[in-house]
Amino acid sequence: MDVSLSEDQRLIGESVRGYLAEHAGPEQLRKAVEDGQAFAPSLWRGLTQDLGLVGLMAPEALGGAGLGARDMALVLEALGERLAPAPFFETAVLALPALLALARPDQVERWAAPLVAGERRACLAFADAQGRPDLDALEAQLTTTPTGWRLDGRSRFVSGLPASDLVLVVARHPDEGLSLLALPLPAAGVTALSVPSLDPTRPMGELAFDAVEVSADDIVGAAGQARKALHDVLATAAALLAAEAVGVAQACLDMTLAYVQERKQFGRTIGSFQAVKHALADMVADIEAARSAALYGVLAIDQGGPDASAAASASLAWCLDAAKRCAGQAIQLHGGVGFTWEHLAHLYFKRAWSNATFLGAPERHREHVAARMGLDATAPSSEPH
Amino acid sequence: MELTYAPELEAYRAEAAGWLHSQLSGSFAHLRGVSDHVTQIPERRAWEAALGQAGWSCVGWPAAFGGRDASIAEQVIFAEEYARAGGPERIGHIGVELAGPTLLAFGDADQKARLLPDIAAGRSIWCQGYSEPNAGSDLAAVRTRAWREGETYRIEGQKIWTSMGAIADWCFVLCRTEPGSVGPKGLSFLLVRMDQPGVTVRPIRQMTGESEFCEVFFDGAIAQADDRVGAEGDGWRVAMGLLAFERGVSTLGQQMRFRTELDEIIALAKANGAARDALIRQRLVTADTGLKVMRLHALRMLSGEPGALGPEALTYKLFWSNWRRDLGELAMAVGGREAELAVAGGGFSPLTHMFLMSRADTIYAGTNEIQRNLIAERGLGLPREARG
Ligand SMILES: Cc1cc2nc3c(=O)[nH]c(=O)nc-3n(C[C@H](O)[C@H](O)[C@H](O)COP(=O)(O)OP(=O)(O)OC[C@H]3O[C@@H](n4cnc5c(N)ncnc54)[C@H](O)[C@@H]3O)c2cc1C
Repeated sequence: MDVSLSEDQRLIGESVRGYLAEHAGPEQLRKAVEDGQAFAPSLWRGLTQDLGLVGLMAPEALGGAGLGARDMALVLEALGERLAPAPFFETAVLALPALLALARPDQVERWAAPLVAGERRACLAFADAQGRPDLDALEAQLTTTPTGWRLDGRSRFVSGLPASDLVLVVARHPDEGLSLLALPLPAAGVTALSVPSLDPTRPMGELAFDAVEVSADDIVGAAGQARKALHDVLATAAALLAAEAVGVAQACLDMTLAYVQERKQFGRTIGSFQAVKHALADMVADIEAARSAALYGVLAIDQGGPDASAAASASLAWCLDAAKRCAGQAIQLHGGVGFTWEHLAHLYFKRAWSNATFLGAPERHREHVAARMGLDATAPSSEPH
Repeated sequence: MELTYAPELEAYRAEAAGWLHSQLSGSFAHLRGVSDHVTQIPERRAWEAALGQAGWSCVGWPAAFGGRDASIAEQVIFAEEYARAGGPERIGHIGVELAGPTLLAFGDADQKARLLPDIAAGRSIWCQGYSEPNAGSDLAAVRTRAWREGETYRIEGQKIWTSMGAIADWCFVLCRTEPGSVGPKGLSFLLVRMDQPGVTVRPIRQMTGESEFCEVFFDGAIAQADDRVGAEGDGWRVAMGLLAFERGVSTLGQQMRFRTELDEIIALAKANGAARDALIRQRLVTADTGLKVMRLHALRMLSGEPGALGPEALTYKLFWSNWRRDLGELAMAVGGREAELAVAGGGFSPLTHMFLMSRADTIYAGTNEIQRNLIAERGLGLPREARG
């Protein structure tokens, strides 16, 4: 019943925020965005080697901290507040858990350990041709050859690819089912391209596969066995992206509150106009609700059970919408300066929007919840006329 | 996701559930699920008395005044079981949730001993005399005045929107005891018996068709000087302290009622085909998530430092009232034209009634606009509204 933070959890939040205040300020963000990768090497060393955050949910035997989703959520919220330029979500929330769920011991040593140590950065290619997380419609195709397998097709919309040196590709096999492949870049037959996109704080790329030779070593765990693990990883990721979205929304409120207290029009601060006050009050209410929604998601994930994935989806859909509203209001309440490239508001706005497609749109997640609630499209109905 | 309770609390839960169930399937079966405050008043009084006799009326109060000294967790459990058992809306709620806690916090020993046991026993029903025709959101503008005559006060003035004014035994009245004072200064908090010649009550018909709230006229009505809570002229502090009790543990019981309403809407959407519509499904899921958000919100409030008003507490009223208003609209969207039909005997189906009632949620206990002012001013430190 008591949902307050433990002392340790409070410390996690504080130490990450303290670190980011020094190493992920507006200047670092602007610079990392201009270089196209949204990747600051010194920040990455800090997050991994100094703070050990990538392995927060990884087993202690591997150098991780063995903690849960609620703990990781504290990190992501703080990263979201700063739009910290690092492929942290991709590495720590998508790639590493997928590896840990599937890898054989030798593969854990080979692929997971370097991620925890901050020596490699990784991303997960899980989207279909439209960027949806539809594991039945993937374009990466695995076929059997006399010596093993070959990989063809492509993976689009791979967030974090530009800054990664390891990609985990989810591929379909016509008979075997889904497999997860670990491909260190560069790799023969693999073309990795950066694809400029809306959100420069979370750049994405595209992978093309041309008869890539795949051995049993490259397949994480056993061939064709990846589906369940990927569903679980994506459910946990949904709950954690919700936490990141809360951070994004909070930062939008913070910058807007500061601005309306200093900007004057009509001889008074704009924060004294009721329309402005009420807009900010709505943002607070939106953010507090999102905070509760995010908490609902991670508590459900940590508790496990059959409803965890629907809870994560519900939580994510809720928080994505809240972050979009808050980011939109941040621009509106800044007036013209909010529309400039120079101001940070647009970066938050773009992150709020790209988050809302990263792991599937809110509508898609709500449909997932609807199905779990027994609401479906097949109930009897009559035509409109 | 289930939030679990300590095992010893499960015995308490079983005891509460057992009692409620036996009553509400036995002699009080006809009150099950009653969601208004105006019908079957004699039976409702008997229900309040039964709760009191069994010690379930005011579980969080000290045993000396008829409570059970229940912990927060136990209070939550009782509220949940009450809603789960289909307990009727409590006509005693203003006494139990507002007057009682105010007396506990601000009353003197004599007032507590005289008044609390009657509330806990379901013998006295209370109403709240705050709003006036010209003092709504701007509550400090109240004009009803009272002056001292020996050991009593005389009261002159008018209250409005007084819920349950027509059935209440007592009213707590915020009135002006310092002639010529303005705003929050010079007000006193008087407890007034309704059953006396100087009090006239006129019910007001609401948009639901019922008359739950009333106009209350005080024309030389008498209050005992002993029944002033707090010092003369210190009524505003008492009145504001009371408003803090309007949120808290009872919200978790309220959420169980919301759950029942939403479950009815979901069941209806499945049965009548409305769930085939993707937009309806989206709204149903949003409502469902919103209720989970509300639950976590309440748990955050209860887990927070006692007395501290965190942002989740400051935004709670705005959140739940908007959620409920949306729920009302969703009920009508799911119900379709059928939901517009009056039912036999007058009135509307429970969901349509809820839709109409939900329009009050964003008005009473501080309108949405006033909530936003509070969040902006107290929560964010933005400049206060200009006052005329
Ligand atoms: C069903 C119901 C039951 C009630 N029960 C009780 C009861 O038992 N006892 C009791 O004392 N009262 C009761 N009330 C009264 C309730 O508290 C008042 O209606 C409420 O405080 C609003 O006051 P008002 O009606 O005078 O509206 P007003 O204050 O006149 O408000 C009208 C509109 O103006 C807006 N407004 C006012 N001031 C501001 C501002 N500063 N900034 C922005 N907008 C503003 C309001 O938000 C509202 O939209 C009840 C009301 C209802 C609907």
